[in-house]
Amino acid sequence: MSWLGAFSQSLALLTAVLLAPLLTGWVNACRARLQNKKPPSLLQPYRLLHKLFHKDSVMAEHASSLYRSAPYVIFACMLMACAIVPTLSTDLPLSPAADGIALVGLFALARVFMSLAAMDVGTAFGSLGARREMLVGFLAEPALLMVLFCASMITRSTSLTEIVETLAHRDLAIYPSLLLAGVAFTMVSLAENARVPVDNPDTHLELTMIHEALILEYSARHLALLEWAASLKLFVYSGIGLALFFPWGVAEANAPLALLLALPVLVFKLAIGGALMALIETLNAKMRVFRVPEFLGTAFLMAVIGLLVNVLLGVG
Amino acid sequence: MLRHVPQLINLFATLILLLSFAMISQRRIGSLINLFMMQGAALVAASWLLAYATQQPDLYWSGALTLLLKVVFIPWMLQRLIRKLNVRWDVETLINIPTTMLVGIALVIFAFGLALPVSRLSHSMAGGSLGIALACVLLAFMMMITRSKAVPQVIGFLSMENGLIFAATTATNGMPMIVEFGIALDVLVGVLILGVFMFQIREKFDSLDIHHLESLRED
Repeated sequence: MSWLGAFSQSLALLTAVLLAPLLTGWVNACRARLQNKKPPSLLQPYRLLHKLFHKDSVMAEHASSLYRSAPYVIFACMLMACAIVPTLSTDLPLSPAADGIALVGLFALARVFMSLAAMDVGTAFGSLGARREMLVGFLAEPALLMVLFCASMITRSTSLTEIVETLAHRDLAIYPSLLLAGVAFTMVSLAENARVPVDNPDTHLELTMIHEALILEYSARHLALLEWAASLKLFVYSGIGLALFFPWGVAEANAPLALLLALPVLVFKLAIGGALMALIETLNAKMRVFRVPEFLGTAFLMAVIGLLVNVLLGVG
Repeated sequence: MLRHVPQLINLFATLILLLSFAMISQRRIGSLINLFMMQGAALVAASWLLAYATQQPDLYWSGALTLLLKVVFIPWMLQRLIRKLNVRWDVETLINIPTTMLVGIALVIFAFGLALPVSRLSHSMAGGSLGIALACVLLAFMMMITRSKAVPQVIGFLSMENGLIFAATTATNGMPMIVEFGIALDVLVGVLILGVFMFQIREKFDSLDIHHLESLRED
């Protein structure tokens, strides 16, 4: 492991941890502006985290140790996911530890702990949210896997760093299967990040909420960790999307100058991606929970057709 | 630029397939017509690209004809028709939509399997897209079967014609111009007649559900 590798790895992690709340703030601000509201400050998520970390935590009386430890596990999962997705550089010493399939497994681990913790205190809302989360999750995971397989089929590797290296540094080629995979990925990431057609991130009042129902019982530093983990998840998903579909501008190994340039490029790409997400959220209405399987089933089918098109039209 | 043309044509082929699936899953007639319009536009783009790459002025004309007819005129006419018939919302399917999509996947696999040996023999520039064109035809056909209302069936028919034109364009680099004109005229006249039919069905049964046409006896 070279020093530069260690440096780019820690820089990538630090960027993810520090930029993730900003991305959430940016999406929220864009959305408010598109809906003719006065946008909140971009720094609002940081203020929320600051406030929550300075409060005293209140626990339910019968909460078990699982309930106490879940926020740390979930945060650690998202941190690990950030470490293996190449956002700034493909020279990541941690990336051989987990490939695309293990990444989906990391998300699943976080989801299971989230749902167990929500059911642990025994409120009706928590278990309702947990069931819905599992409903969304078990449909979103295969679709996400298929999307990753589309890219793996082109590049013949499941490691995300190798996918980026191959896609970014081959001379420009247009892959029709990535078009289908892109549509599928957009749908999956909307569902996984509790965004509008599936869930509404703004409200605590709706009976149909998913993400907010799960974290309803948490307070103070635990809630802060969970909110931060949610921001990190959005960041990771954006990172995967950029890595698969817009991999240009990511630095390679032994290229310290490119690493310097990679950060502004990443911020630029994330700003555009966040604005597009806000646009999608504004244009769509939230759908009924019973429509969600159809929505995610469509995403899965799109990704499968992407694989088939790959077979038909040949790879590369 | 010329190097990327076959890839771009494949991209538009995939877009046409994507739009076919979107049409199958769409419940509203207004959006269905918009999707049909987009499919026509993708078809025009693909045929102009092929015209540019193979230097065939015929294909420019064929693309222009498609643009005029399927992107501008027919969608406009259908929109006017549904406004007059006041059927903006009701798309009823015989089988529910997720099942239709699953059957659609099976059709795509079948079409791809069928086209793979054929397209290996093809020497045309975008021969690989033949499977996609075939899949589009089958998907549109299925849409005609599973929809119970008249307007979506007409759209399914038109979308099937899109698939056929695309198959002809990719497999043989375009048909003779006289055939193109003949098909275009047929489609135009067909849509006009079907429009009149829809009014007649509505007059007679107060609904566009074609199940009313199944019984022969006058009550």
